[in-house]
Amino acid sequence: MNEFIINTLSLGSLYALIALGLVFVYGILKLVNFAYGEYIMTAGYGLFLLGTYTPLPWWSVMLLSVALAALMSYLTELIAFRPVRTKSLTAMLVTSFAVSVLLQNAALLFISPRSRAVQLPAAFNQSVALLGVTTPLRNLLTIGTTVALLVGLTLLMKYTVLGIAMRAASDKFSTTRLMGVPANLVISVAFIISGLLAGVVSVFWVGRSASVDPLIGFTPLLIAFIATVIGGMRSLVGAVAGGYVYGLLFNVLSITLPASVINYRDAFMFLIVILFLLLRPEGLIRGSYTEERVG
Amino acid sequence: MLTVNDLHASYGAIKALHGVSLEVEEGELVALLGTNGAGKSTTLKSISGVLRPLAGTVRFLGDEITGRKPEAIVKKGLSLVPEGRDIFGSLTVAENLRLGAFSSYERNRYQEDLEEQFALFPILKERFNQPGGQLSGGEQQQLAIARALMSRPKLLMLDEPSLGLSPALVDQIFALIETLRDRGTTILLVEQNAERALEIADRAYVLKNGLIKFSGTPQQLESELDLASVYFGGEEGMGEVTV
Ligand SMILES: Nc1ncnc2c1ncn2[C@@H]1O[C@H](COP(=O)(O)OP(=O)(O)OP(=O)(O)O)[C@@H](O)[C@H]1O
Ligand SMILES: [Mg+2]
Repeated sequence: MNEFIINTLSLGSLYALIALGLVFVYGILKLVNFAYGEYIMTAGYGLFLLGTYTPLPWWSVMLLSVALAALMSYLTELIAFRPVRTKSLTAMLVTSFAVSVLLQNAALLFISPRSRAVQLPAAFNQSVALLGVTTPLRNLLTIGTTVALLVGLTLLMKYTVLGIAMRAASDKFSTTRLMGVPANLVISVAFIISGLLAGVVSVFWVGRSASVDPLIGFTPLLIAFIATVIGGMRSLVGAVAGGYVYGLLFNVLSITLPASVINYRDAFMFLIVILFLLLRPEGLIRGSYTEERVG
Repeated sequence: MLTVNDLHASYGAIKALHGVSLEVEEGELVALLGTNGAGKSTTLKSISGVLRPLAGTVRFLGDEITGRKPEAIVKKGLSLVPEGRDIFGSLTVAENLRLGAFSSYERNRYQEDLEEQFALFPILKERFNQPGGQLSGGEQQQLAIARALMSRPKLLMLDEPSLGLSPALVDQIFALIETLRDRGTTILLVEQNAERALEIADRAYVLKNGLIKFSGTPQQLESELDLASVYFGGEEGMGEVTV
């Protein structure tokens, strides 16, 4: 039982971070950013390149890779999204597809279509005993990092002017500008936070497979979609809740499904998602965001 | 202080303003009147940068601000209290007010400004830590005005502040607007409630179908045209008046 709890908390934490990164931008721009998975990819290649070709210690490789994802997120906002922001939401969606494909192809072309092994410190995968369970240290690190990030982001959103402005902007964007809050500031910060989360996700995601490839961002993006369908797209709390509930459902299915159908686990998962869409289309947490678009 | 010249604006294919010109001098309380759909809110939105005008110019304190970003315009001292209050419902009263001071925040001045709002709107002190969405309509209107005042505006634009309020609250809001004017705040007031607005205004403009149909003092307005015709009537009253 303890093992199940630790596994679920660890998986749920990862999924919560994944979903939160997507919703940070959605909350403000009402844009589902399809390029989100590629920020995770960017940090993954950062881990590979910096870890393989530089003598930097592992912790600075990780920090730099996370920063790289944030930078990539910020750059895509600056170069790709900002020019089309005042056009239609459809233009933004198409742009995010384009950015996604472009970054994938850049990785295919300049690095390799094949997956690359990523060196992570051995301690990462070492087993530790806790509450009578042996579990990889990675799982505990995932949980700890997530808790720290959630606390940090909560403090930021609740007690800083920037955080208050971000919450206001996801409620009423143009009124927020009338308060003197620069639109570009709020949007850039949302992209940077989204990128930071993608970077942290990448460290743990790559930590599981110890490799990175150009399509690595696809599954996390799908997870973010599912988690936000479950938890709700309209609040940060919803995204986090959705991530944990998804992690729980996934692990429950893994345990309870008979061996003969375990390969269809994803099909069961999607069945649950469809049920959510039918019965509770707004997700578990309704949130307070309006659907006003940023003009 | 504010000079609007030949302003044109549209929503997509729908043209809402066909060349609006108006002026507000320092210390004045100017009323902008007109029926539903006349273009009053569009005028304020174009001035404050929420809407980019098609043509025309807006000058404020000697600088041209036409088409600038709303955040830049509010920083110059021109604040808009939008139609329908537009407070942040999920943010507390305190947070709403803090955002109001975003453009002009100074640590030692902030508390002072807060106390000033509490003196004008005691209810906001009581509700300080409550979400804005839990306030009544009248309280929300007070919060919206207080929030705008937190930026220490040189010119305050109010879009139908009395809309949807009970008669007692309407009295309260108009008394407040007078107080603000007496304290030296320049005000551009958009109102449906023409009679009340004319009681306190120094000058007035009447907008119809995106054009200024009248400008002058309240006395001139009352003598030159039948107010009712501005609001409910057809062209009879309007035809005789040219700007
Ligand atoms: N968001 C919008 N999209 C399309 N047309 C709009 C929009 N807002 C206003 N209009 C149109 O522009 C014209 C002027 O509208 P505006 O809101 O400025 O009127 P108003 O004088 O403020 O009216 P009210 O007293 O009802 O607030 C109207 O014909 C209206 O239908
Ligand atoms: Mg209006």
